[in-house]
Amino acid sequence: MSGKRSTFLISALVFGFAFLYVPILLVMIYSFNEGKLVTVWTGFSTKWYVSLFSNDGMIDAAWNSLRIGVMSATLALALGTPAGLVMSRFGRFKGRTLFSGMIAAPLVMPEVITGLSLLLLFVTLEQMVGWPAGRGISTITIAHTTFCAAYVAVVVQSRLSGMDTSVEEAAMDLGAKPAKIFFVITLPMILPALLAGWLLSFTLSLDDLVIASFVAGPGSTTLPMKVFSSVRLGVSPEINALATLIILAVSAMILISSLLILRSERNRSRAPSTEEA
Amino acid sequence: MLVPEAVLDRAHEDVHKTQPWNNPDAVPYIRFENVTKKFGDFYAVDDVSLDIYRHELFALLGGSGCGKTTLLRMLAGFEEPTSGKIYIDGVNMAGVPAYERPTNMMFQSYALFPHMNVEQNVAFGLHQDGLPKSEIRTLVSDMLALVQMTKFTKRKPHQLSGGQRQRVALARSLVKNPKVLLLDEPLGALDKKLREQTQFELVNIQEKVGTTFVMVTHDQEEAMTMASRIAVMNEGVINQTGTPFELYEYPNSRYTANFLGQVNLVEGVLIDDDEKYAVIKSDEGGCEIYIDHAVQGHRGMTFWAALRPERLRLTKEPPEDTKYNCVSGKVEEIGYLGGISTYHVRLASGKRIKVTEPNSTRQIEPRYTWEDPVWVSWEAGAASVLNK
Repeated sequence: MSGKRSTFLISALVFGFAFLYVPILLVMIYSFNEGKLVTVWTGFSTKWYVSLFSNDGMIDAAWNSLRIGVMSATLALALGTPAGLVMSRFGRFKGRTLFSGMIAAPLVMPEVITGLSLLLLFVTLEQMVGWPAGRGISTITIAHTTFCAAYVAVVVQSRLSGMDTSVEEAAMDLGAKPAKIFFVITLPMILPALLAGWLLSFTLSLDDLVIASFVAGPGSTTLPMKVFSSVRLGVSPEINALATLIILAVSAMILISSLLILRSERNRSRAPSTEEA
Repeated sequence: MLVPEAVLDRAHEDVHKTQPWNNPDAVPYIRFENVTKKFGDFYAVDDVSLDIYRHELFALLGGSGCGKTTLLRMLAGFEEPTSGKIYIDGVNMAGVPAYERPTNMMFQSYALFPHMNVEQNVAFGLHQDGLPKSEIRTLVSDMLALVQMTKFTKRKPHQLSGGQRQRVALARSLVKNPKVLLLDEPLGALDKKLREQTQFELVNIQEKVGTTFVMVTHDQEEAMTMASRIAVMNEGVINQTGTPFELYEYPNSRYTANFLGQVNLVEGVLIDDDEKYAVIKSDEGGCEIYIDHAVQGHRGMTFWAALRPERLRLTKEPPEDTKYNCVSGKVEEIGYLGGISTYHVRLASGKRIKVTEPNSTRQIEPRYTWEDPVWVSWEAGAASVLNK
């Protein structure tokens, strides 16, 4: 590679990134706009941030989203980790491909379908066993858990299949039983992957609009739902301020989880792993 | 039997202690009985029977995929045999899980727990046994002293060098005082210099603790340096078992002869034999090979004479008696290694013979050069005769 890069490559780079990030940048800039009109710059001000924090509806919705995010990410971790473990450690069994495909399916399933099917499930359940009584935070949490668990399973599986199994064998050889090996050896080793999976799930739950709209009930409006409905009534610069905050929070979390994944990759490559048949 | 009587005669009662395999009354400590392991249709281990005695340092030697690692993993309990039985100290190991076997294993990758420091790694096995804390502390520090790692107790595995990790792995597997210590390519991940040094250290430690060691290696030099006995494996089958000396001097097949050290194999036909000698006529070698002991077989049978390069003599003049055990050829390749030189001599038949000669005196110029006509000759006892 020569030191001098062609003008074509540079302009391609600039254009590509501009395409991706100029809209977001505009939102961030206009969140500091003085005027009420979103599209006309009148001067610098932070008043929309102040008004955002005094908007009770927004704050409530944000609080709902946070609670749902934490709960569903935690549940997804509890469900997804065993699934990932099975996928990488159970060996070959009949229907393995089908099973792994079914675990990954929620990742590509259209959200409308996921949302609709979950709504039908909740309604049926309510009629049959009386639970969940109505739709609200708990139904959104369950709905988010289903697709977040798939992400966790994939993250855990990829971490585990890159890990030298002889470490677990060594623990067994030294007298530890399988359950103990999982908690004392495997779990600490995949901890960064678990944290990354949790953060990813949290972010996904925070972002979701479609599925939440299907399974939400009165009093359980999440932040994306709130934003969507208020935008329909006209875009206020308050939304720009909110968007800026969300973008910052989400980027921070994505950054942290990628750093965690990167670190565990590095640890893995540092450990000498040579396998011989 | 291809081992002369004289060698067997020397194996008398006084060596029964140090060589239990020569004592018919000795009870084996580890016993493989017709063990077979299949992966799908592939026979990784095919009907292997093997006895290993207490305090031995036994090596399973073979190329990759020969089944040696599978045999070791069956002993550890990571694989169950498809058929056959494995006994350790008289106890049938069938159905005994790895965490209850009296074996500990040192893994090729060392498999240290990355989130624990050296001390915690070594103590892990003892914690599983529920020993009191004070006892664990003593055992761990004794063991770390044995492998000279006392200075590094608080380090994590990634802060250690390859040699140090190897020591920690050894300490971790030895600290539980297993009946059998299994070593999977114990020195495979070390560089050559460190490997040679560690070989002797490992043997010394084995002698000190007296534990029975079973090790897997593909490195014949390593096996010969360390092991009391070696089993040479090929394609899931044990080709030959014996001491390094027996295997090198009296291989039972071309495979073993080739695997341990270097050898020239010369094909020929038995033309004369007696109780005291045999003569093999070789078209390939272009000579008649005189053997100073009887061989089992009839005249006209095909044999291979295995000639070690260092047992061959290279001369410019023909030897006094050119009837037996000498051929002429031309020097084709020369490898000067300082201490020794290796020569490839092309015979009239087109066969290449490898000869190594020590450079025991200082010369003004190299003794031989390319295309030199030379004679290769050897003593009557130099060749071993193989029939497979």
